[in-house]
Amino acid sequence: MAEAHPVGFQWVIEAKNRGAKVIHVDPRFTRTSALAHTYLPVRAGADIAFLGGVVNYILSNEKDFREYVLAYTNASMLVSEEFQDTEDLDGLFSGYDPETNTYDQSSWQYAGQQDEGQEEEDSHVDRETASGLEQESHGPPIPADVPRDPTLQDPRCVYQVLKRHYARYTPEVVERLCGVPQEKFLEVCEAWTANSGRERTTALVYSVGWTQHSVGVQYIRTGAIIQLLLGNMGRPGGGVMALRGHASIQGSTDIPTLFNLLPGYLPMPHVSQHETFDQWIDAIRHPEQKGFWSNAKSYAVSLLKAYWGDAATEENDYGYGWMPRLTGDHGTYQQVLDMIDGKIKGYFLLGQNPAVGSAHGRAQRLGMANLDWLVVRDLYMIESATFWKNGPEVQTGEIVPEECKTEVFFMPAASHVEKEGTFTQTQRMLQWREKAVEPLGEATSELWFFYHLGKIIRERLAGSTRTRDQALLNLTWDYGEDEPDGEAVLKEINGYDLTTGKLLSSFTEMKPDGTTSGGCWIYTGVFKDGVNQANRRKPGSEQNYVAPEWGWAWPANRRTLYNRASADPEGKPWSERKKYVWWDAEKGEWTGDDVPDFEKTKPPSYRPPEGASGVEAISGDDAFIMQGDGKGWLYAPSGLIDGPMPTHYEPAESMVRNPLYGQQANPTRKVYQRSDNLTNPSPPERHSEVFPYVFSTSRLTEHHTAGGMSRQLAYLSELQPEMFVEVSPELAAERGLEHMGWAHIVTARAAIEAKVMVTDRLTPLRIEGRVVHQLWMPYHWGSEGLITGDSANDLIGITLDPNVLIQESKVGTCDIQPGLRPTGRELLKYVQDYRDRAGLAADHHTPIMTVGEENADDGQQ
Amino acid sequence: MGVKTWIEGWPVYRQLTGTDPLGRGAAAQSKKSKELQPRTETADRVAKSVCPYCAVGCGQRIFVKDEKVVQIEGDPDSPVSRGRLCPKGSASLSLVTSERRQKKVLYRRPYGKDWEELDLSTAMEMIADRVLAARDATWEDADPDGKPLNRTRGISSLGGATLDNEENYLIKKLFTAMGAIQIENQARI
Repeated sequence: MAEAHPVGFQWVIEAKNRGAKVIHVDPRFTRTSALAHTYLPVRAGADIAFLGGVVNYILSNEKDFREYVLAYTNASMLVSEEFQDTEDLDGLFSGYDPETNTYDQSSWQYAGQQDEGQEEEDSHVDRETASGLEQESHGPPIPADVPRDPTLQDPRCVYQVLKRHYARYTPEVVERLCGVPQEKFLEVCEAWTANSGRERTTALVYSVGWTQHSVGVQYIRTGAIIQLLLGNMGRPGGGVMALRGHASIQGSTDIPTLFNLLPGYLPMPHVSQHETFDQWIDAIRHPEQKGFWSNAKSYAVSLLKAYWGDAATEENDYGYGWMPRLTGDHGTYQQVLDMIDGKIKGYFLLGQNPAVGSAHGRAQRLGMANLDWLVVRDLYMIESATFWKNGPEVQTGEIVPEECKTEVFFMPAASHVEKEGTFTQTQRMLQWREKAVEPLGEATSELWFFYHLGKIIRERLAGSTRTRDQALLNLTWDYGEDEPDGEAVLKEINGYDLTTGKLLSSFTEMKPDGTTSGGCWIYTGVFKDGVNQANRRKPGSEQNYVAPEWGWAWPANRRTLYNRASADPEGKPWSERKKYVWWDAEKGEWTGDDVPDFEKTKPPSYRPPEGASGVEAISGDDAFIMQGDGKGWLYAPSGLIDGPMPTHYEPAESMVRNPLYGQQANPTRKVYQRSDNLTNPSPPERHSEVFPYVFSTSRLTEHHTAGGMSRQLAYLSELQPEMFVEVSPELAAERGLEHMGWAHIVTARAAIEAKVMVTDRLTPLRIEGRVVHQLWMPYHWGSEGLITGDSANDLIGITLDPNVLIQESKVGTCDIQPGLRPTGRELLKYVQDYRDRAGLAADHHTPIMTVGEENADDGQQ
Repeated sequence: MGVKTWIEGWPVYRQLTGTDPLGRGAAAQSKKSKELQPRTETADRVAKSVCPYCAVGCGQRIFVKDEKVVQIEGDPDSPVSRGRLCPKGSASLSLVTSERRQKKVLYRRPYGKDWEELDLSTAMEMIADRVLAARDATWEDADPDGKPLNRTRGISSLGGATLDNEENYLIKKLFTAMGAIQIENQARI
């Protein structure tokens, strides 16, 4: 956090100065470790073992915040008798199909509701379309009424199921898997539990490298389970805090440019799941469940009205028929492989540099070299615009400029001070930026570029009667003559009452009958009272510590989600010290320092009538109002592809055989088994010793992602001038690496070179009785800019988390050798030699299900 | 010039009589540096902004003189950042004013060995041509069972996460209406 989010880290230091204990768990000692009370080096890729150990500590010592757990989590709910755990099936949950590598999830359901479970086919579609992302704003479907045991003694209740699942994650196991000494680990458990409860709360903060794993979603789930057990969710000083890495990456998910989502986490229509408008709506709102998601039709119709205005009518299902349909995985990595295969003609890169910033840089560049045309919009010249001229494949002869057909347009882009608009920062807060100056030279904003591209295209198609053109021709697309008015677009996003022309103040005002519009329902209210709420700048020193009058946070300017949980079931603060939102019985309303995350006048004593659904079904003590059952989920009966409880799997590339289960790695991970995307062998496959070390990558304080905004700047380039690799003194001795000398790092995809930094910031760990060395690299370098160097992302292959299709790019195996790598054609031969030694023939298939496969094979089919 | 002004113009005098006995601060100030004014004082106007690097969302104040950005400072009013900026945020003046920024539209023709210049409106027309051609060449009306698809898989887009919400909104809206589904973002990565 001190490295990549330094200004945010000031608040950790504030807390430390007031007595908070700071614990830092990381494979590498960083500036954060230097300021923490406790630093624990761990093996990259073993986080569920570590956190599962904490869950086990809490449950076996009954350290959970029992009143909170009983009232606000699903601990007491009974799980189906058909459910079988990984502890019974050697690392698989019940319902696994080795043909499709997905689960039939019926047996994961609550008792009596097995029919509600995802069938295998749905599960497969959900993986292909990364449907886990839809849950950013709401829980997955679940029926409201579930049998419970409030004594938590029934062996089938979630509490007991969870306890059995983690019983083997003992301090000894944590030491064996993670390399953390038991006494150090117990120190963390004691600190975390002692600092949680009525009087105290603990925050869990992660940076999003945590998501970049084949089990990334389950890492965060494990953290969430701990925070729920300890009563740290929805309370001040608690929570699970994601430190996202880009100015508006939260905004890019809320108002997505993602293949599977529409604004506000509505799903993009799928050809079979959402064939009709009604199927699409019902798939979002799940008619019988609790919560605000039941109003989905209002949100969806309002979006279609924002897109198609008067042309969206009840008769034409508000234009639903014009929407394109998904058939499977259309994600960025599938696209890159399709580019290599010649299936894609044109590609837009909008302030994005995948030649350096995405996994498997070589695949990225070869894909771009096989397009008809490419449009790159950026502030500076980046590697993704010059792959045909001076990329690594030009050096190896794989791309020859005279033979590369790709037509490239480079369009200079306007900077953040040359346009107005909102960024949504990592706490869901929108902040408006005023325009300071006109764009430089021919630079244009994306707003200008897409508005005018749309205008030209619509003019070309004017008068067309082809069905395919009607969505474009009927689109509302009038944002002025030259530069579109950013506030006009933000108002469209906020939405209008179409009968009065007034801006909406809340998404609760949205209607399902076409009388309201709104481009992103969770952002409704950003123009409350006709005022640009994102442009509020009342100084922090003149408000309470929640600072509700600086910018605007979705939903409804709430700064802490689910803050109903900061009060007890009767609506009273858990303690005076941790008071945040509470029920004011005299006034008959919820009140506090933040906007209450509950219906303002629904009393804590409210109980829903028999057969209620939707908002009416939310009980006065259901704090988790977007969940189908109103509860925080310790156990996830649906919504996850890879299982209802996080389970330790080894990374897709590991030199360690999974010590806990026959199943080596996530059995549902998304793989692309191709000759140009080979995976280093892991046990039980043979030859893992060819790539004997673990590597991880991350950012430097002085650089930003793929370097387009930092390697071009003189100050930052001077502060961190060169690509380097950090190794421990022990590894340096083992491989003959010299401090400040050169080394090269090799995987099945590439070999890259870097300057050597020998440092005790990296600690050799003892895992399963052997020494495991980890090395670390920054990933900012490429072939353009003031400072150049090899790209760490070239080392990484494409293996994805099944829930959201993010790549495993924070852990892999590699070799490291002293000296520079070979150049030209020799480099290709050098990497091929490693593949040969590792048994990776072009048709190699990495085994996915490894239960019962103790006899290693070559993986050849 | 009076005697007082004259004698106070002598650094040693200031050092011996003032608050700076070591001569490292005010006592050592020359006439020239005394007359210097910070760029933040002489700016014509200030725009309120937000740092474009990570997602903490630190407040920035953009100082403008003669229609040029002359300084970027942390905004002390921000409850998020309280006026602080990290090395990257502090370098954002050079991010927006560097001579290395691209100012022209450039074009690399198929099999070309170098860039050529192209004017903006020609580039826009050419891109529109290519979008429409790729869309028509790869259009899919329906799947083999006759279920509607309404789409093209001939066009891809990958967006950065430093774009504004308003920009992402128009991008998704236009591409969706166009039938282009392969629209992705750093948020996947």
